[in-house]
Amino acid sequence: MTALLSVEALHVAYGRVEAVKGISMRVLPGQTVALLGANGAGKTTTLRTLSGLLRPTAGTIRFAGQSLERVPAHHIVRAGLAHCPEARRIFPRMTIEENLRLGAFIRGNEDLGPDLRQAYERFPILGERHDQMAGLLSGGEQQMLAIARALMCRPRLLMLDEPSMGLSPIMMQQILRTVAELKDAGTTILLVEQNAQAALALADYAYVLETGRIVVEGTGAELLADERVREAYLGEG
Amino acid sequence: MSVTVLLQLVENGLVLGAMYGLIAVGYTMVYGTIQLINFAHGEIFMLGGFGALTVYAWIPGVAHLPLLAALPLMLLGGVVVAVAAAVGAERLAYRPLRAAPRLAPLITAIGLSLALQQVVSLWYRLPGGGNAKAPVAFPSFGGKAFNLGGVLVQRADLFTVIAAAVCMAALAWFVARTRSGRAMQATAQDPDTARLMGIDPDRMIVVAFAVGAALAAVAALTQGLRYGQISFDMGFVAGLKAFTAAVLGGIGNVRGAMLGGIVLGLAEELSSGILAHFRDTAQYGQAWADVWAFVLLILVLLLRPQGLLGERVADRA
Repeated sequence: MTALLSVEALHVAYGRVEAVKGISMRVLPGQTVALLGANGAGKTTTLRTLSGLLRPTAGTIRFAGQSLERVPAHHIVRAGLAHCPEARRIFPRMTIEENLRLGAFIRGNEDLGPDLRQAYERFPILGERHDQMAGLLSGGEQQMLAIARALMCRPRLLMLDEPSMGLSPIMMQQILRTVAELKDAGTTILLVEQNAQAALALADYAYVLETGRIVVEGTGAELLADERVREAYLGEG
Repeated sequence: MSVTVLLQLVENGLVLGAMYGLIAVGYTMVYGTIQLINFAHGEIFMLGGFGALTVYAWIPGVAHLPLLAALPLMLLGGVVVAVAAAVGAERLAYRPLRAAPRLAPLITAIGLSLALQQVVSLWYRLPGGGNAKAPVAFPSFGGKAFNLGGVLVQRADLFTVIAAAVCMAALAWFVARTRSGRAMQATAQDPDTARLMGIDPDRMIVVAFAVGAALAAVAALTQGLRYGQISFDMGFVAGLKAFTAAVLGGIGNVRGAMLGGIVLGLAEELSSGILAHFRDTAQYGQAWADVWAFVLLILVLLLRPQGLLGERVADRA
């Protein structure tokens, strides 16, 4: 099967400091791929580069047959790559529904009724509070909104950056269940997650990053069994 | 001091404030999208006035129309000139400096402000060969003022208030109800995330400059009608006052800009008018009007730095 996303020897630098030092990875259609690693390993930098917010210093990004290295962020989402950013980044001084409509910005003046209904079915709390300011939502609800917003553009690949960060255990479970449901519905997902246990349980394939390089890769099951991964990320040994 | 005199001051203040507010929106929208204080915005306002005058003076027949019929044409001319100048300035002067340190575009804006003044002063020509080195006459409503129980409301005052109300209603509708307006708000709240939604930040910046310029052109038309003249340097004080109004209302906040304008207009008229009324303080009246306006600015900056409707303290210079 041809990869939906393939990254070759990607390098990204902030000024002279190189944050991503030549990583290569692939995401096949329908797969859930996890990107693991400690803080500062380069996970978020990688996602921000894929969605065009950062420019690579070297390497190639191919998405659905198109080269993305030089494409501006606002065109990349049109190609079908949605990025649900770290720390949720909802628009706080807009209503929930306005946030969702912005998620569908690239769809112009299309009727969004069915998509809004679907979002509210998936997250009933968003429907109940659709005309409230998004800034008033709790952290977990904001994460739901961020995911629902990213889905509004009907992406071919959904990138989720630490969706469970800073949430209560119950809320974390709920968000991870949502990711599992999206996966089961056939959504292609690239997941950055600090909860390695949960991420590996979900992932078809996973990459472990350390200071900008991939140190281990394999299927979720392989990595769950891997000594080094167990020691470093699952708090064992 | 009679109630009528006081009400007359309030009337003057509201009209002046409506005009400040119209200009202030331009400062606040541009600041909201790229955190730039566009110090050339006063000159965009001035160019709007000259654009309107050009239609009146140079297009045959317009000067012979009844003023109410000529106004839409003049307004169109003013808006076209102001928007073209603002969008051109953004493209040629500010966009190349987008990645430069904050001070560079600020100084560019001041330079642009001086340059635009000089261009008009040196090269503007009236049909008879007259130039714009001195103030030039602007058409005004003839006719008597309306008398509301002793308070005189000039025709131009009425026009100013109606124009400001229509503009603000249209702006509120644009920001809250249209796709572009929501995209603009999104860009102001979180530029990176707005890009992830597929919003082109460059386009939103152009829209902010254009909308601000159009409202400034409306303000210039009202100023010309009220005072019967315009001048190449009229943007300096008006721009400074409007900037004050924008800061007063909370820079980045569109409703705040209008409120700030009205508060500033009222404060200026009431303080100078009341002081002028009493013999002991008369010398601190009209001549000191600008002083009182800026004293108000200093007080607000000391006591409520985020402005009247500001939601966050300015964390970015």
